[in-house]
Amino acid sequence: MHLDEATVLDLTAHRCRELLQTGEISSTELTRLYLDRIAAVDDSVKSYLLVDEQGALAQAAAVDAKPRSERKPWEGVPIGLKDIFCVKGMETTCGSRILKGYHPPYDATIVAKLREAGLVFLGKLNMDEFAMGSSTENSAFQTTHNPWDLDRVPGGSSGGSAACVAAAEAPWTLGTDTGGSIRQPASLCGVVGLKPTYGAVSRYGLVAFASSLDQIGPLTRDVKDAAALLDLIAGRDPRDSTSIGLPEPVGIPIRTDLEGLRFGVIKEFVGDACEAGVREVFDSTVDTILQLGGVCEEVSLPSVERGIAAYYLIAPSEASSNLARFDGVRYGHRTSGAADLYDMYTHTRSEGFGPEVKRRIMIGTYALSAGYYDAYYAQAQRTRTLIIRDFESAFERFDYLISPTSPSVAFKIGEKTADPLAMYLSDLCTIPVNLAGLPGISLPGGFSEGLPVGVQIIGPHFSEKGMLGAAHAIEQKLRLPLVPPLAEVAR
Amino acid sequence: MITRREVEHVARLARLHFEDEELERLQPELSQIIDYVQQLAELDLSGLEPTSHAVALKNVFRPDVPVPGLTQEEAMSNGPDVERGQFVVPKIG
Repeated sequence: MHLDEATVLDLTAHRCRELLQTGEISSTELTRLYLDRIAAVDDSVKSYLLVDEQGALAQAAAVDAKPRSERKPWEGVPIGLKDIFCVKGMETTCGSRILKGYHPPYDATIVAKLREAGLVFLGKLNMDEFAMGSSTENSAFQTTHNPWDLDRVPGGSSGGSAACVAAAEAPWTLGTDTGGSIRQPASLCGVVGLKPTYGAVSRYGLVAFASSLDQIGPLTRDVKDAAALLDLIAGRDPRDSTSIGLPEPVGIPIRTDLEGLRFGVIKEFVGDACEAGVREVFDSTVDTILQLGGVCEEVSLPSVERGIAAYYLIAPSEASSNLARFDGVRYGHRTSGAADLYDMYTHTRSEGFGPEVKRRIMIGTYALSAGYYDAYYAQAQRTRTLIIRDFESAFERFDYLISPTSPSVAFKIGEKTADPLAMYLSDLCTIPVNLAGLPGISLPGGFSEGLPVGVQIIGPHFSEKGMLGAAHAIEQKLRLPLVPPLAEVAR
Repeated sequence: MITRREVEHVARLARLHFEDEELERLQPELSQIIDYVQQLAELDLSGLEPTSHAVALKNVFRPDVPVPGLTQEEAMSNGPDVERGQFVVPKIG
């Protein structure tokens, strides 16, 4: 079999694995195929911050040197990584000037797991600086473009990871999700994005943003790949005491019906807050669920409307604490010519951080400062309790909850940068899921104005296996054409 | 609403420096965000426990056994100014 550029466009990781196992392609050929694809389209998409051609080809050659019978299942399959994960010896910037030139002396746990499984690392993917943003426009280095329309954003903060998969510059990638940073870009780029239950995946070696919310997860071309990648990275890790792992591997989802399953449609997420085109796609997905034998009923979670306010206190507060470590002493940027230590800290941080990161540090520092803690941070945490209770009572009546992932399709580059609060409000449907620590998946539900629209399924804690089964049934019924026009042009 | 003086005070706490024109822009931006989150301060949530962690976790223990870690050289390999196994910083104040 001859693989050319056209073949790569809808290649899943599962298909890569089959081709490698049957010997139809070598890992070197497969890796070269993706490197060529990156060379062809990444000038337009700008999803990669770093392409490790030499390292990837060396990893692939090592796989090819092994007899096929001795290889592990995923050995030789390439992957792209959000630039927030520490990879030993590979520059890790987190999209920030303050970490420019940082070469981690160790692997993040998920990176070590992927290395052990034999995956080939293509490179590091663009992101909003410190994962703060919903458009990837906050990267200190470049703006990533949506492969469906290059004038539009890919979403964020894992915009590089989502655009990369949509443009077939890797079969699958990893991202992180603090308030929707996997699901929202997946929705805007027409790929699958999974945020696992808080604690399912170790965060050792992940640059921390908001520790009570951050979670690592896959961005993939289909639900099967999302399940497989979750199984590769999940597990308890003694080096992350908040990690629990999954009760059992999720395995390969095979479900093709939804008989006996009850879906709650979250009333607060489908009203006027959503564009008409997004609502249309969502309504047609509800019809699909009914056709598959599922039951759909409206459910109200009144407290989720306070989610954004709670999130924009909790996340910046935790960020202001986590980002205190960037002081120019042990790693990263240091200002030159400072008069004393205080001056060095202040100028290092002011030169190294971008405007959105500074804004959030300021909000967090204000909220945690003397006299305000109870009014802001503690009150936000009590609101969080309310939101968790609303979800708990909804899960007494329903197996899963559904909503649009994002209230709009991909917006134009530059459209929302002038108004930080408007950008925050676009995370309405995803944020409460992080506050409650629940698993959520965004899968493509259809198109509006030629742009992809994602549908979000939310499950109870550690319900990934069932949730992925339900997502698979919907995906198989819809069978959407998910190759963006950019890919057609390059073809 | 957050005043210019408060912005300057918080910047000092956060070890950030802003030029005058940045402060001009930042003060209304932060005020808008603070006013928005202010809606929570008005809720009566007395009697509700604050949640710091969404998934129930017990204390996590492990046996106190040394495991290999980074060498001193590795741990300091990214330091902007390192001398004889120590980080060099400007004098304090």
